Amino acid sequence: MTRIAPTEPETGEAPAERRAPRGAGPSGSPRQDAAFSGLALGASLLILVVLAGVALFLCLQAWPVVGAPAEEFYGGEGFLSYIWPLVAGTLIAAAIALVIATPVGVGVALYISHYAPRRLAKPVGYVIDLLAAIPSIIFGAWGASVLAPRIVPLYDWLGAYLGFIPIFAGPASATGKTILTASVVLGIMILPIITSMSREIFQQTPVLQQEAALGLGATRWEMVRMTVFPFARAGIISSVMLGLGRALGETMAVTLVLSGGPFNPSLIQSGNQTVASEIALNFPEAYGFRMNELIAAGLVLFLITLVVNMLARFVVSRYKEFSGANS
Amino acid sequence: MSKRIDVESLNVYYGDFLAVEDVNIQIDPRAVTAFIGPSGCGKSTFLRTLNRMHEVVPGARVEGKVNLDGEDLYGRGVDPVRVRSQVGMVFQRPNPFPTMSIRDNVLAGAKLNSRRMSRSAADELVESSLRGANLWEEVKDRLGKPGSGLSGGQQQRLCIARTIAVKPDVILMDEPCSALDPISTLAVEDLISELQEEYTVVIVTHNMQQAARVSHKTAFFNIAGTGKPGRLIEYAPTQEIFNNPKNQATEDYVSGRFG
Repeated sequence: MTRIAPTEPETGEAPAERRAPRGAGPSGSPRQDAAFSGLALGASLLILVVLAGVALFLCLQAWPVVGAPAEEFYGGEGFLSYIWPLVAGTLIAAAIALVIATPVGVGVALYISHYAPRRLAKPVGYVIDLLAAIPSIIFGAWGASVLAPRIVPLYDWLGAYLGFIPIFAGPASATGKTILTASVVLGIMILPIITSMSREIFQQTPVLQQEAALGLGATRWEMVRMTVFPFARAGIISSVMLGLGRALGETMAVTLVLSGGPFNPSLIQSGNQTVASEIALNFPEAYGFRMNELIAAGLVLFLITLVVNMLARFVVSRYKEFSGANS
Repeated sequence: MSKRIDVESLNVYYGDFLAVEDVNIQIDPRAVTAFIGPSGCGKSTFLRTLNRMHEVVPGARVEGKVNLDGEDLYGRGVDPVRVRSQVGMVFQRPNPFPTMSIRDNVLAGAKLNSRRMSRSAADELVESSLRGANLWEEVKDRLGKPGSGLSGGQQQRLCIARTIAVKPDVILMDEPCSALDPISTLAVEDLISELQEEYTVVIVTHNMQQAARVSHKTAFFNIAGTGKPGRLIEYAPTQEIFNNPKNQATEDYVSGRFG
């Protein structure tokens, strides 16, 4: 038996009617209309003001870093050599988390929306959503005290057999508190983001399209590839980018799990640090120039997430013409 | 290829609800057969049992036999996926794949069945299918453009092209013109009259003039009341159904005194 996800009938149809009509409708006074449009404008301006305020704060506080002599920086070799290992650590941890969470998240979402019997789909969905409700400090504590010691044998194995690859170079950390462990924890943390968003979108695939594929003699997997994935492509990318944003900025879990240090190409040894965790660890005792330096690091993190988001928008817009939105 | 459909005492269920009761009908090859009847009488539901699309709704099932040239579509070990490539379907609203170009839309079903196709073979199939759907002249210069950019009538003919590209034995049409304007409807009706030279065509329609125009035989379905199952009331040559029906309910319906 083939089954189609339950859905609201035919989303993605009638694009023109869907757009909000401009001007006052037949009911409601023009004054109400003006009040509401003023409210909406105010709300959107407020967001811009807050965003600009944050950016301004970061820039002002980070300004003293520009032109400061190299010896004043932590490590004594200038801002660039201070920041690049942190950026590298952040990107590596986020990338590994995505590599782990994306296929699992999309797979689980597809299982819930199109494969699981209905009585199973609901509980699985709840459990995944529950993951999102666990505070990050709990994930951190779990990662540090439960996952890290148990993952050591795997690292030993990787170091022994795949040690010729620089990222698995031994000897492996005896505590398991490595960037790879932190990445696994991050991956689990962003899993519910990717899963619940992808599931929503998978379920919105128009029934008419799915039936078109089945009617041509497609198997369920072929139907998914022909209709569900293309329809959900932009949504999957958005969900992955949301997850990436969380992974880049996540602080507590990394701080607890990772025993940080200078940049280390081997993922199974201790070392490496992320920007967010570096700031969290040092901020309470920082004053003067050290404070400016940490805020400058924060500004760099802000810029990275900004670029990631813009990139995501660019990728999504490239598929616009062929997206389901104009059918 | 064109095959005869022979339905024996078919009951159609949604869960425990009996939607259509005890249908017996023989549908001729190389002819157009129309199903008419009031809304909710089960004609679309019954149509969807002819290519096992009915069962994609959770809980839906059937009892009875649907024989396609003697082979029972609901027999043990029959793969519904294979059934659907033999019995194609055109839906109420045009539904080209929005992420695919016109060309890819035509090839979508054909590519499922034959894994590898040379470029020239694919080109040939695209042209013959689009010609078969009376669409070639209108789209030949923009095969790479998305199918969703066409007009409603063109989209529906694209869906028909996509269906005949799979080379089915039977084409089922579920109110194919209900979302189209009169001009596009005419184009699709012309196409239906051409399709019957090669295929068994079954069409569900609410438009009795349409049934009278395109079909050879007409089946009238009716329902005794809400919650009751739909039934096949009368099945005869279209001329007879419209001019000289045997059943009172049929006469009331086609003369507009009811429904």
